[in-house]
Amino acid sequence: MDLDAVPQEGNATLDGHAKLMYARDAQGRVVTTRSRGWEAEEIVTSHAVDVLVEQAKAARERVARGLASPLEYWMYERRMDVALLSQTSGFWQWRVRRHLQPKHFAALPEKHLARYSEALGLPVSTLQGLP
Amino acid sequence: MKFEHQQAAHCESGVISNLMRHHGVPMTESMALGLSSALSFAYLPFIKLSGLPLISYRMPPKAIIKGLLAPMAARFRFETFRSPEAGAQRLDALLADGQLVGLQTSVYWLPYFPPNMRFHFNAHNLLVYGKDGDDYLISDPVFEEPVRCASADLSRARFAKGVLAPKGLMYYPQAIERKTVDAASVTKAIRKTVRNMLAPVPIVGVRGMRMLANRMQKLSPSDPRSVDFIGHVVRMQEEIGTGGAGFRFIYAGFLQEAAQLLDKPQLQQMSERLIVIGDGWRAFALKAARMVKGREPVDPAALADRLREQAQQEEAFFRDLKAAVA
Repeated sequence: MDLDAVPQEGNATLDGHAKLMYARDAQGRVVTTRSRGWEAEEIVTSHAVDVLVEQAKAARERVARGLASPLEYWMYERRMDVALLSQTSGFWQWRVRRHLQPKHFAALPEKHLARYSEALGLPVSTLQGLP
Repeated sequence: MKFEHQQAAHCESGVISNLMRHHGVPMTESMALGLSSALSFAYLPFIKLSGLPLISYRMPPKAIIKGLLAPMAARFRFETFRSPEAGAQRLDALLADGQLVGLQTSVYWLPYFPPNMRFHFNAHNLLVYGKDGDDYLISDPVFEEPVRCASADLSRARFAKGVLAPKGLMYYPQAIERKTVDAASVTKAIRKTVRNMLAPVPIVGVRGMRMLANRMQKLSPSDPRSVDFIGHVVRMQEEIGTGGAGFRFIYAGFLQEAAQLLDKPQLQQMSERLIVIGDGWRAFALKAARMVKGREPVDPAALADRLREQAQQEEAFFRDLKAAVA
């Protein structure tokens, strides 16, 4: 990439930050320069964020209709999935899935709620409802 | 502590080159990447990030730091901890001692990252150079300026769980015996990178690229998850840990330095060739991103073809690089 081809497209996901990039200058030397971001990066990053936001939104509706526990909403809100929440909380995946059901979540003892609260970085009272 | 922050394109090469410079070793980021033979490619379908395979354009975390130990005749101490309290105590003690400390952390739990960049990725690297009240003073090499982070947040980021969990990993040098890079280590490092890229293992190097191409070929154009997969490949390439093209351009910088150090002008030509290959990766990323955005019809087979073309070019490149340092 030539120095004057380094993208300065103002990638929104960078939130005003600039990245350091390596490019070729007019003498053919590799030099560093700052980039305000690239369209391709913005597209794939926003896509990944959108997928997570959609999952959280869908979970929220399921919670409101009594089909899922608030834990499912908070899991996606924290950009996690069942595999990651399982690794973070130390519960087996099948147990996490079980706790995504309202009935089983409602019956969770304090100490289990505390593990989810720690894993998600949220107080227990927040975990038990929707924002 | 008097510490000079310098922005880098990639976290680990940035951390180690800043740390080396702090200890009086003139080391560029590209030299750190090249000398540690960290340029690579690996397609790891059995490691999942949010259900998608890990695709790496470099050697695993810590490889850049460890790869510099022999050429710089250095000894580093690496420490992990069972509890966040123990990790915090040790960090504070080292800082009080005037040590500059490298840490592996999650990205998600660092509040100074832009919200849309905060994903659960655990192999980020940064340097801590001081503490002011409850805030740690941090040199995060992918940021333009030094940043601050509250102790509770940093602790969470250091002890995040999941794939590549850092377990509070910290590192700092105990001795750096050699202060300049010698020609023999550069030649050795290039040979090692050539070996990695042309490895006879299906998931590594150019064969790994071809395997990823075959996987991509099989994606259904109408399945929405195909778009997630394509977006993920580009993110692994461009965003998370800098990735494909970024690393090729940094390595081109290394080859340019190597051309001078070894007095081999043909390495300068190899450097220019690698820039063209890096441009090919960027063209691939742009085409893929346009499909994700819906500006072009989703066509996994076309992307697979481009990947095979990249593999072809890199195979020829590394064979010639091998000949150049033979």
